[in-house]
Amino acid sequence: MRLFTKAFWLQLSSPKVFYPLAGKLIPWFAAISIILTLAGLYVGFFVAPTDFQQGDSYRIIFIHVPAAWMSMFIYVLMATYAAIGLIWKTRLSSMMASALAPTGAMFTFIALWTGAFWGRPTWGAYWVWDARLTSELILLFLYFGYISLQAAIDDPQRASRASALLALVGVINVPIIYFSVKWWNTLHQGSTINLNKESSMEMTMLWAMLIMTFAFWAYAIVAALLRVRVVILERERHSDWVREMLGGAK
Amino acid sequence: MRRRAEVLTVLFFFVIVVSLFPLGVGPEIQTLRLIAPGVLWVAALLASMLSLDRLFSADYTDGTLEQMLLAAQPLSVLVLSKILSHWLVSGLPLVLISPVLGMQLGMDLDGIGVLVLSLALGTPVLSLIGAVGAGLTLGVRGGGVLLSLLVLPLYIPVLIFGAGAVEATVSGLGAQGHLSLLAAFLILALMLAPWGAATALKISLD
Repeated sequence: MRLFTKAFWLQLSSPKVFYPLAGKLIPWFAAISIILTLAGLYVGFFVAPTDFQQGDSYRIIFIHVPAAWMSMFIYVLMATYAAIGLIWKTRLSSMMASALAPTGAMFTFIALWTGAFWGRPTWGAYWVWDARLTSELILLFLYFGYISLQAAIDDPQRASRASALLALVGVINVPIIYFSVKWWNTLHQGSTINLNKESSMEMTMLWAMLIMTFAFWAYAIVAALLRVRVVILERERHSDWVREMLGGAK
Repeated sequence: MRRRAEVLTVLFFFVIVVSLFPLGVGPEIQTLRLIAPGVLWVAALLASMLSLDRLFSADYTDGTLEQMLLAAQPLSVLVLSKILSHWLVSGLPLVLISPVLGMQLGMDLDGIGVLVLSLALGTPVLSLIGAVGAGLTLGVRGGGVLLSLLVLPLYIPVLIFGAGAVEATVSGLGAQGHLSLLAAFLILALMLAPWGAATALKISLD
């Protein structure tokens, strides 16, 4: 079987082989993403019961929680790609890292934004200096730093290596920041609103949340693949295969 | 940091920023006492960040940095000595002037003692973390603002425990835990940051 040989998997790390493969994968993941979003929203809005404390306003968690999960997961994934690119100098890994960053920042922003909308009816305030909110905000700053550093350096090689190092420094710091903020929050008695909900969640609520998480996953894959195709074309524009392909397309 | 004026600029910046707060918040000593730890720490953070882009830039423009890269000694050791000397002229003066500013904001003697101690432990961490950022933004357009964007989120734990140590003393809780954690940050940063900064410099000079 060709699929089980090492050479088959290794050649995928070449931008030339990956570019058409990404093009073939995009429609599939796009379809999965759309179907799961529709299913997740249907279960979330029509099947899941109304919460006896929060009423219907809780339903924003079907967007909020998956977005928050994705925001953290994508940062770790981005740092992993960045580390691989930095250590083994594989071009595609650094391209994937830079392709993931805007999606991660967007999910972080969505998590903050929907959190504010949820907080208004529940806590009576759009923003509370809660430990999780604060760390999510700092995560957004880390994404901004990564994206701006990459944008500020002209040489793509240097840009991807510098931002890779920054992502690694960031990923070491994320747990330190998280626990510092948590401790800071417990020391200051001002806003002791406990976010830790009881885990006895209605099964349908959990299902809606999981389906939405997979929908966001599929979306993140589509967005990253679309972006990485553009990055590949941009960075490999002087290579023969890109010229040939673009020449053939015209 | 080759001129005496550059050392003084950072120091004056620190003094001016702290002096702006009573003008903005109002002269009530109760309020000032309450916000003093946070104000002093944020001002120290900004001051040490402002001096960062001069950490490597002079050596970068006159080519000394490339010689350092070629030297027989490991780059991380050279970088560590650069960071230490940078802290001596930019961080230490802040630590030494902070009791005066603390008194200005109505802090008591215990609080001031812990403030000096927390700054003495914390500002080297700021210089160490900042060195990685300074290495990454070397020779980049708009490097100064970019540097602050990269480095400030990473400074947050130091700020929390530095200001927290002073607040804990003022409220009678004792600052032992905070100071121990600051010292732990310092050890961790001493271990990792010179290596990180050396890698950053290698990337920038590649």
